[in-house]
This record gives sequence, structure tokens and C-alpha cells, in this order.
Amino acid sequence: MGQTITEKILADKCGKKIVKAGEFIEPQPDIILANDVTAPSAIKEFKKLGVPKVFNKDKIVFVMDHFATGAAESAEQLKIVREFAKEQDIFHYYEGGNAGIAHILLPQQHIVLPGFAAIGADSHTCAYGAVGAFSTGIGAADAAAAMAEGKLWMKVPQSIRFILKGTKNKWVSGKDIILYIIGEIGVDGALYASMEFEGPICKELSMSERLTICNMTVEAGAKNGIFAPDSITKKYIPRSKKYKIYSSDKNADYYQTYEIDCSKIYPQVSLPYSPANTRNVKTLKKIFIDQVVIGSCANGSIEDLRIAAQIIKKGKKINPNVRMIIIPSTPKIYAAALKEGLIEIFTSAGASVSEPFCGVCLGNSMGALASGEKCLATTSRNFVGRMGHPKSEVYLSSPATAAASAIKGYISEADEI
Amino acid sequence: MTIIRKDFVKPAFDRSVKETLTKKGENMSSMILKGKIHKFGSNVNTDEIIPPRYLHSPNPEFAKYCFRDIDRDFADRKQAGDIIVAQDNFGWGSSREYASMALKAAGISAVIAASFSRLFFRNSINLGLPVLESQQAAEYIESGDEVEIELNNGIIRNITKGESYPFQKYPEFMQKIIAAGGLLNYIKK
Repeated sequence: MGQTITEKILADKCGKKIVKAGEFIEPQPDIILANDVTAPSAIKEFKKLGVPKVFNKDKIVFVMDHFATGAAESAEQLKIVREFAKEQDIFHYYEGGNAGIAHILLPQQHIVLPGFAAIGADSHTCAYGAVGAFSTGIGAADAAAAMAEGKLWMKVPQSIRFILKGTKNKWVSGKDIILYIIGEIGVDGALYASMEFEGPICKELSMSERLTICNMTVEAGAKNGIFAPDSITKKYIPRSKKYKIYSSDKNADYYQTYEIDCSKIYPQVSLPYSPANTRNVKTLKKIFIDQVVIGSCANGSIEDLRIAAQIIKKGKKINPNVRMIIIPSTPKIYAAALKEGLIEIFTSAGASVSEPFCGVCLGNSMGALASGEKCLATTSRNFVGRMGHPKSEVYLSSPATAAASAIKGYISEADEI
Repeated sequence: MTIIRKDFVKPAFDRSVKETLTKKGENMSSMILKGKIHKFGSNVNTDEIIPPRYLHSPNPEFAKYCFRDIDRDFADRKQAGDIIVAQDNFGWGSSREYASMALKAAGISAVIAASFSRLFFRNSINLGLPVLESQQAAEYIESGDEVEIELNNGIIRNITKGESYPFQKYPEFMQKIIAAGGLLNYIKK
């Protein structure tokens, strides 16, 4: 029996020829990530271990993305991480103008490469499967243990294969595909498993769409999502970088295989309060919204902003009943959007543009919703009270649908503009 | 969407095997947990286990707020050593460890479910809270039942109903993590 790409990467990371789904292993990760919410508790636990130094100062990455430049109550948290990073001489420490959202920053700066095993104290760490890496979320105690020992216990996941076929309909993006899949298989449809994406449609999925898809695999309960590296991956990574390409064997063992006819997927929206509560936008009656957010680790790439700008330009003005917030995921994306004139399109249409950070997605620091308010967001979660008041509602969609809805004032398709 | 192959089949539970299981279990002992059951349904998320608005409270106070939004008097009914039983995907949501911490603070000695969200499962093991997967236990145990768990033998005994249900035993290293009271204590040793 052959091996899946995930099994092959994990086998290499624990020095074995073969590992099989269900086996417990202790792989050595290439990257250990923590953010300003999880790093302070990981550091506190690390210090209790009495280990003077982290196992490898160049394999630990701290990205201060949840609180951005620091609200009053988080300033102390940020200080703990900043001081620890200095004391341990951590190379990959990112804050403020060097940071942005970790799950976009790490692939963008090629800190994570194909064939890597990355673990991170943040549930959306699974995003890096887009570049052909194994990556998964862990807890803060895990991060503390891994920072000390350079390894972590793990169960090799079973793999579920998603073969993406057919044609991509107009305005359908990676976000619509993953929302559709989560809607079909449910929030525990891939519990503990690896979601592996293949098939002819992959050629039409850009790196940023793949990042969106892998990012949201955790919303189906998955351990990781992964695309085997191809020509798109090779083009994305600079030639100077050294990395190893893995791919699944033809006779690899899959727990399930889903064949998805993408011709049947139209722009999708997940209704409150679950990402699996997915509907075709066309089938919805008018849902009026108070706020639209384009950004987050799921959708704040330059491509996402270009699509939004393209639609907003056509519609000219944001609906007066809607507050629109746009969050480029990293400072580099912000600068590119400025250079391309996208920021001007947004601001002159009446949108506000935020500094790059996670903020709004978890109702933190800005953009919080009041009781009874509705928000359409390109973010990844729509749990009760996620973006503010427990009686507010978050709807999830692609940037195209979000931009169109901001103009219309209710959830609508990009085609309507 | 076409499912080409789906191998997963829910194992059938034969209630007639309960005697042999019970007898086999009695021969062995070590790490026995005993408590009264509080039963929940599917997809209980981390926000329901401990509502985020209480996360700023000191850790021991979590006990007062555990399950507050879905089971208002849980804090009054719970007793030290009690056991939670739930259906599928227990602990869905955040990667943060507060949900497992809150259950520990409330004196819960173990959680049994048909399945767990993977991050909740990891975090619980790492914090020394036993979490056991058993479809049969999740189906047949009811609120108020008295249950005994033989942690190292993979057996859950329902004293009230006189039934036993197997669960997949932890590998040795995980038993050691649990026995040490969590991952960091285990590493310190």
C-alpha cells in the first residue's frame, strides 16, 4: 500500500520510512508558530519547565496579529512575547509594520515551504497546506513543550481525498468551493483527518485561493488540508529557496474519496451560526446587512482586494446603510493595494481601510457588532457572538459576494452589480 | 457531490456481551474513575463549555460558569468526580485551552463522547483531563447514571444499568501524560 502526501511528510519528520494513519508519532516540526494570544501562555509554561533555551531559535515564529499594535489591555501580553523573543534571540519575531496576519505572512515571506511540517498555536495554522506543507493547529501547552523539546506527539491522520472536477462558474472562488464542501460534509465531516485536494480544477486555483481552502479545513474538523505542489506552487516560491516536494502515491490509502463537480457550485454564503450552514446566494431572500468586512486570514490577499475593487468601481458607492471595513492581510499587501490604486477606490466609495491584523474577525478592538446587527464577512467563523454582541449575526462569503453586497445593502451576487 | 467510497461503519453493540466484559474488567485495576453522569448532545462548542465573557475571571471561578448558557444549573448540580457524556464532535471551536481548564476546575474527572474535536482532545490530554471515545457509551449512558472507568483497561462500566462499553485504550505515552497530570508535568519528569 502506498502513502499519502501527509503520511510521507510526517514519516520524514520522525525519521521513519513509512508511517500509517492511526499511528502515534513524535515528529520534529520545521516551524512552531504562536501569536499574541497564545504565545504569552506558551511562554509562561515554557519558563516553568526550567529549560533555559528554546530548542532552535530559528524555528520558532511569533506573529503579533490578534491585537495589532496593541490595545491597552493587551499591551502587557505583547510585552511578554517581545521580551522573550529578545532574550531567546528569536529570528522570526513579527510585530506592527513587519507583521500582518500570520497565515498570510508566513507563506508570503516563504517562511513556510513545501514539505515543511508546521505547527501553530492557532486553529487556522492548517492554511500552509496550500504550499504543500503539513500544518496543523495545537494548544499553548503543546507549543511550550515543542519549543523546549523540538518535537510533539501526534496521531497520523487518515486522509480524505477531494477530487475537484468540472468547470469553475463565474465569480466562484476558492472560498465558495470550501464553503460548499463544509456545507456538504458538516463541521465534523473531516474530524481528525487530512483533507487532500486534487483534480483538474486545482490548475485554476491560485495560491491565495488554496490558502483560503486549506485555512478553512479546520471548520470541517480536519487536522490539515493539503495541495500537492505543482507548477503554481513552483512559480510562487523563489528559485533560491530549497525545499522538498512530496506527493501521494497512486495506491495511497484514502478513508474517503469525494468527487466534486464544481460546475454545480455557485457563489455561497454560510448563515449564522455555523460555517456548515451554507446556501447558494441565489436562493436567499433579501438579507439586509449593517456591515461588510473584507479581510482576515481567510481572505485578505491582493487578489481578494483586486476583485473587491473591480466590483466596487462598477457600483461606485457603498450603500449608506452599510459600514464597510477592508483589511489587507499584511503590510506588503497594503502597500501593493495603495500602489495599484485599490485603496483609493475603496475610500472614495465610502469604505474604511484598516491596518493589517485579525481584529474584526473575533470582535476584537474594532468593527464590533451591536445587538441585532448583521455582518457579511470574508472571515472564517460565524459562531454566536463571534464579532460582538451574542445577538448579532455573521454571514460568511467570498470577497466578490461581500463587495457586491456592500453596494446593494443586502446579500447579493457579484453578477447583480 | 459524489462519495466514491465510505468505509466508516458504526460498530454494532451487542448488549449480550456485557457480562464477559464486566468480568474481564474486574480482574484488573489501576486508575479507576467513578462519578455521576451529565449528558449532552452533539457539537457542544468551546464557547458553550465556558462562555468567552468569563475568560477574564480567575481560573478556579470557571467552575461557576461551566456550561452556563446551555445548562444553567450545571454549576449547582455538579459534584467533584462527575463525568460528562456527549455525542459527536465535543469541544468544537477554539484552539485555546480554556474549555478543558473549565471542566477540570468544575471537578469533572473525565469526558466520554462518540467523537471529539481534535484540538479539544489534544488540549485535554495535555492538561491531564481524560477524554474517551466510545460510541456505545455515548449512546447508552444516560444523565444520572453512575459510571466507573478503568482507564488503563479500556472499559467503561455503567453501574446503574449493569452494562460495560469498551473504549480504545490510550497508547502508553498518553497514559503517562494523563498520570503525570498533563504534558508539561510529564516533560518535567
